[in-house]
Amino acid sequence: MTWQEKREERFEKWLSAPGVNFVSPEAREGYKARATRIINAIKLEKPDRVPCQIPGGSFPAYYAGFDFKTIMYDYEAMRRAWVKFALDFDSDTVGVAAFTVPGKLYDILDYKLYKWPGNGLPDSASMIQFVEKEYMKADEYDALIDNPADFMLRYILPRTWGAFAPMAKLPSISSVIGIPFLMLNAASDPEFRPMFDAINKANEEKDKWLKVVIEVSQSVLEAGYPSEGGGIALAPFDTIADILRGTYGAVMDMYRQPDKLLEAMERLIPLSLQEVKEQADMSLSPTVFIPMHKGDDVFMSDEQFEKFYWPSFRKLLLALIDEGLVPYMVVDGTYNRRLEYIKDLPRGSVVWVFEKTDMAKAKKVLGGHACIGGNVTGSLLRTGTPEKVKEYCRWLIDTCAPGGGYILTLGASIDNCNPDNLHAIVDTAKQYGVYK
Amino acid sequence: MPKDFVDLLADLQEEEVIKLTKQRLEAGEEALAILDDSRKAMEVVGDRFAEGKYFIPELVYSGELLTQITELVKPYLTRSAESKRLGKVVIGTVAGDIHDIGLNIVGFMLDVHGFEVYNLGVDVSPQKFVEKMKETSAPVLGLSGFLTLAFNSMKETVEALEAAGLRDKMKIMIGGGQMDDEVKKFAKADAYGKDAMEAVSLAKKWIGVK
Repeated sequence: MTWQEKREERFEKWLSAPGVNFVSPEAREGYKARATRIINAIKLEKPDRVPCQIPGGSFPAYYAGFDFKTIMYDYEAMRRAWVKFALDFDSDTVGVAAFTVPGKLYDILDYKLYKWPGNGLPDSASMIQFVEKEYMKADEYDALIDNPADFMLRYILPRTWGAFAPMAKLPSISSVIGIPFLMLNAASDPEFRPMFDAINKANEEKDKWLKVVIEVSQSVLEAGYPSEGGGIALAPFDTIADILRGTYGAVMDMYRQPDKLLEAMERLIPLSLQEVKEQADMSLSPTVFIPMHKGDDVFMSDEQFEKFYWPSFRKLLLALIDEGLVPYMVVDGTYNRRLEYIKDLPRGSVVWVFEKTDMAKAKKVLGGHACIGGNVTGSLLRTGTPEKVKEYCRWLIDTCAPGGGYILTLGASIDNCNPDNLHAIVDTAKQYGVYK
Repeated sequence: MPKDFVDLLADLQEEEVIKLTKQRLEAGEEALAILDDSRKAMEVVGDRFAEGKYFIPELVYSGELLTQITELVKPYLTRSAESKRLGKVVIGTVAGDIHDIGLNIVGFMLDVHGFEVYNLGVDVSPQKFVEKMKETSAPVLGLSGFLTLAFNSMKETVEALEAAGLRDKMKIMIGGGQMDDEVKKFAKADAYGKDAMEAVSLAKKWIGVK
């Protein structure tokens, strides 16, 4: 099958929503209309009107009268917040409640990559924040390259999750025959006992949380709102520079061991692909959410982008596309100098959501080639009025919508703002974004 | 002819510049002269960044090279390295936000351009900013933030300085991820700077450095 045929199958599944009992015939119709709108935009066709997506972020918490910490720990509050958000804003897709991670599970397992309200951040903090460190040392590239799964299990897992610290004690997990005995030895090691206890406790918590997440997704779907995000991935450079080596470490590697860095990124591609494919096969939506960080205009030069960021990322994208999936990039910062590079993908195969990129330029370069969207900034939503938001959205529609291939959406998710500013976006899409 | 020290460092030639540092020290050269050359090289790095020739990796890497050189030079320092400083600048990431990569690059660039930098780190409360501004009488304050949640913290920080009667004694610049001119207005700051070299230019302008 060609990638287009594989994708048609996934689109068909998304559109027909097998197993979903819609609350009414209107909900069924609404679902179909919304999903069709997005699919049309992805395929660079003209929908009935400009599709509009409002990502949730932490906003549902505050909108429902809670704060972010409350919905991280109280799953019933999480349920109410997400359902209210989904039903009150007529977004063409609704993000999954799973974006609100379970606080208690992270407490039990002592997750080091995040800080969250009450755990490293003040209780009032409105979002999770990332802790960058050299979780992988400069001299560990060979270990990663030789056996990535072993490296993740014995090096990265114990360094990033306190409860998994004993994993660092295990010998290399490479022998086919030895693995059962390795596990038995671990089970009888007193240091591993607390780890297994923590896993059991965390798992109970996960079940409670997941039950609500699934129920929320179900009721939102039944009300006629397509889900988004059939999987999540990172550009290989971001995997290294965000998670494994940190910005500082990754930069040192660009100068001191560029070949190792490049080889490691190549090595990560099939792992990432496999993970995403498994996620996507389980969900309705064929879009793969890819938040993008360190390839932007301000961070690196064109030469560095050409060498370190784009080649491995492009390979990953092509592999995802070939599975019939739709990479949906949310690009932090500006990509004004990257537009010509990223044009080099099959026509109508991806979505680029930009934060601060010049949208007129983006349309000029990518128009007729890739679906674009974004650029309603957090700053405008937080400091502007509904009139200002409408005015800006009209400009975006005038600039980007002609000919199709456009989604009106935020450049980044928002924690809290005047709800009328979000309504203003949806209203503008409905009233001003009709294709004639 | 071999490249001179300033060029080597500005061109980020790690091996050569470290080798040359050791040679100069062994030859009995004044340690302060090496530091002075390093500062000159860092200004070239800053200029290249402002011109769009260098980017974040070059700034971070140059910082690493400077640290190595400083470590080598330290044992040879006979008198204090305190050169005349242009003026004081207090910087920090506002309450609730823990991002520090941009903050530290700004701190580093201000430092190598001759400012006396007080870097308060991350998640700095308005009260802590007020106390530091009182204590240092710095004429320039830089507020950093990456996330939308920093908008309110910036505003609250400026308001705390107003309430303490300090606001008109200083200029305030903001920068980082989601910041822009609209946030500057919202937070009642004096300027938004898009990168580390804009922070240097703003500080120079406000402190009256030619």
